[in-house]
Amino acid sequence: MNIAVCVKQVPDASEVKIDKATGTMVREGVPAILNPFDAYAVEEAVRLKEKHGGKVFAVTMGPPQAGEVLRHVVAMGADDVMLISDRAFAGADTWATSYTLGLGLKKLVPLDLVICGKQAIDGDTAQVGPGVAENLGLPFIAYVRKIVDMSDGRMKVERLIEDGYEVVEVSLPAVITVVKEINAPRMPSLKGKMKAKSLDIKPLSAEAIGAEAEKIGLVGSPTKVMKVFSPPSKGNRERIDGAPQEQAARLAEKLREMKVI
Amino acid sequence: MDYFLTDTQTEIQNLARRIAQEKVKPVRAELDEKEEFPWEIMNILAKADLFGLYIPEEYGGFGGGAFENCLAVEELSRVCIGVSVSFAASGLGAYPILLFGSDEQKKKYLSQIASGRRLAAFGLTEAGAGSDAGGTRTTAVLDGNEYVINGTKQWITNGGEAEIYTVIAMTNPARGSRGASAFIVEKGTPGFSFGKKEKKMGIRSSATRELIFDNCRVPRENLLGKEGMGFLVAMKTLDKSRPGIGSQAVGLAQGAIDECVEYARERRQFDQPIISFQAIQHMLADMCTQTEAARALVYAVAKFIDSDPKDVSKASAMAKLFASDVAMKVTVDAVQIMGGYGYMREYPVEKMMRDAKILQIYEGTNQIQRNVIGAAIIKEAAGKKK
Ligand SMILES: Cc1cc2nc3c(=O)[nH]c(=O)nc-3n(C[C@H](O)[C@H](O)[C@H](O)COP(=O)(O)OP(=O)(O)OC[C@H]3O[C@@H](n4cnc5c(N)ncnc54)[C@H](O)[C@@H]3O)c2cc1C
Ligand SMILES: Cc1cc2nc3c(=O)[nH]c(=O)nc-3n(C[C@H](O)[C@H](O)[C@H](O)COP(=O)(O)OP(=O)(O)OC[C@H]3O[C@@H](n4cnc5c(N)ncnc54)[C@H](O)[C@@H]3O)c2cc1C
Repeated sequence: MNIAVCVKQVPDASEVKIDKATGTMVREGVPAILNPFDAYAVEEAVRLKEKHGGKVFAVTMGPPQAGEVLRHVVAMGADDVMLISDRAFAGADTWATSYTLGLGLKKLVPLDLVICGKQAIDGDTAQVGPGVAENLGLPFIAYVRKIVDMSDGRMKVERLIEDGYEVVEVSLPAVITVVKEINAPRMPSLKGKMKAKSLDIKPLSAEAIGAEAEKIGLVGSPTKVMKVFSPPSKGNRERIDGAPQEQAARLAEKLREMKVI
Repeated sequence: MDYFLTDTQTEIQNLARRIAQEKVKPVRAELDEKEEFPWEIMNILAKADLFGLYIPEEYGGFGGGAFENCLAVEELSRVCIGVSVSFAASGLGAYPILLFGSDEQKKKYLSQIASGRRLAAFGLTEAGAGSDAGGTRTTAVLDGNEYVINGTKQWITNGGEAEIYTVIAMTNPARGSRGASAFIVEKGTPGFSFGKKEKKMGIRSSATRELIFDNCRVPRENLLGKEGMGFLVAMKTLDKSRPGIGSQAVGLAQGAIDECVEYARERRQFDQPIISFQAIQHMLADMCTQTEAARALVYAVAKFIDSDPKDVSKASAMAKLFASDVAMKVTVDAVQIMGGYGYMREYPVEKMMRDAKILQIYEGTNQIQRNVIGAAIIKEAAGKKK
């Protein structure tokens, strides 16, 4: 069973600052990490490999430094990696990103399954998973919280919906995105870390994956950002700190004072 | 202090530290309170490849030595030695196989231990045979192609949880200390059962139980080394593993220092943080100095052991002795620095002080370590005269 996981390098959310002037995120000097949702995708892929055999490929599109997240996922158990990196990809929106990742994934065929995280914590659109499926012409299931069964070229999953879950069956190959309920990602292993360290990651250029120049990067991105702003703070707020019980008691007291309850 | 670790050693340290901080620290108080064996953490350590640090690659291990193992044990011990002893005792059970096992025994058992799929344990002590292993009463009698084991081992760490046991039993009681042999016994062998789980002062998440052998038949090929080598196996095993106790001690002492330094900066009395009192600073200075000295000794001894010298008994005993005495003193002082808060279960140093005591007792009491060192001094001096 060959499984590909799409992983994205994102800024560590606990360190993020917003540039007041431009309203955009300050990326310089902010440590980069594996998109937290993608850790669940990697874990699930590695578990499937442990159960059914096969290989796990990790794919990312990003600047050369994004190779670091590939090392991280190899330490978690991925077997092989693909770094798609070229200046021409800069400024890609979800449309161009999905196209590019799709081309990279096509080089890994035959694949049985592609797993993406639910969403990236920076872009936050949750569009790349379905976009990749579209580009590969494969069926797609979002928000998978459990893989119930996998046999005879079919897969049965539970997908999270607002007030419960659905059980869906799909033929393979397919693309899925996973939610954090699906598993608990493992710590890297020592042997994995050693393997990751010695890994020679050769970036694939736009040409290497056969990308059409007008479909990638800023040029290939129909999304035009009109304005970026931080929502104005509403002011007049009060923070209640303390142990949960104290907070609840204090909140109830306040609401009573305001005659809301 | 920088001990100039290699990149690989730093990776091991970081990985063990991360597991300790993220997975062990949040549950240590609960594990202690419930006296619950830390299976979940054992599985995490297994998946992280840490059980095989000192086991050669050909048997599925990482190919490091006692030193690499010490680094991992120290980091785990910094947050909980109940957890770290459960990890380290598997090594104690594995060393007899590593040191004296046949290639077949190594292939079969070490790979399982290295992967962490199965835990190991070491059974030497009995009710009447503590410091004096010569008092061993458990017997093993050859009957056809099997040994029949009878007797009871006491206070065996990982008892009941482990699946691979190395056990010392008398094959020829008439020959005294030359009549003991070492065996591999697997959990589930008919006639092999476990006694009650002990209730302890500290390291309460670890399992300490009796191993009961009632006409337990093990195949002849489970003999380790040759008949009569039992005590040699035990002594060489302890020589290898004692620096691990030293690392538990160093980690524990460091953990206690971490806690009370932070506390002393926060706690205010007489309008100032208590760390501004020289009396507190001096206690901390001694605690840190002693712990660093213990660490330096343990590291040096572990590296010495990894150079595979002929005799390591003295150095190995020194590492265990000095570090465990330091851990006891440091944890007592950590409670002192934290005053009444230190005495409360809500704060971790209370547990650390309870836990520390075992380090002066198991794998040979500190009196016995001094005996070992003393005997080595006499031997060396006698050797010089010639
Ligand atoms: C309105 C808007 C404006 C933007 N402006 C900019 C901008 O000015 N500059 C800029 O740099 N970016 C910008 N972006 C972000 C950029 O479009 C996205 O980061 C990128 O296309 C991926 O989408 P996402 O982060 O929403 O990922 P999602 O769709 O939320 O990610 C879902 C999953 O897809 C996979 N995935 C996503 N991206 C990758 C990748 N690169 N490699 C491998 N797997 C991946 C992962 O598995 C991930 O968990 C903007 C986005 C939006 C919506
Ligand atoms: C929690 C725990 C876990 C353990 N785990 C294991 C295990 O996994 N495997 C295993 O085989 N054993 C294990 N043991 C046993 C441990 O190694 C013994 O308890 C230890 O060796 C001391 O033996 P004893 O308790 O019988 O004390 P004793 O030998 O009865 O000693 C009592 C006192 O007399 C002193 N003493 C004895 N002889 C001398 C002497 N010659 N000179 C000076 N002083 C002396 C001792 O230092 C001690 O202070 C464990 C014990 C405990 C408490």
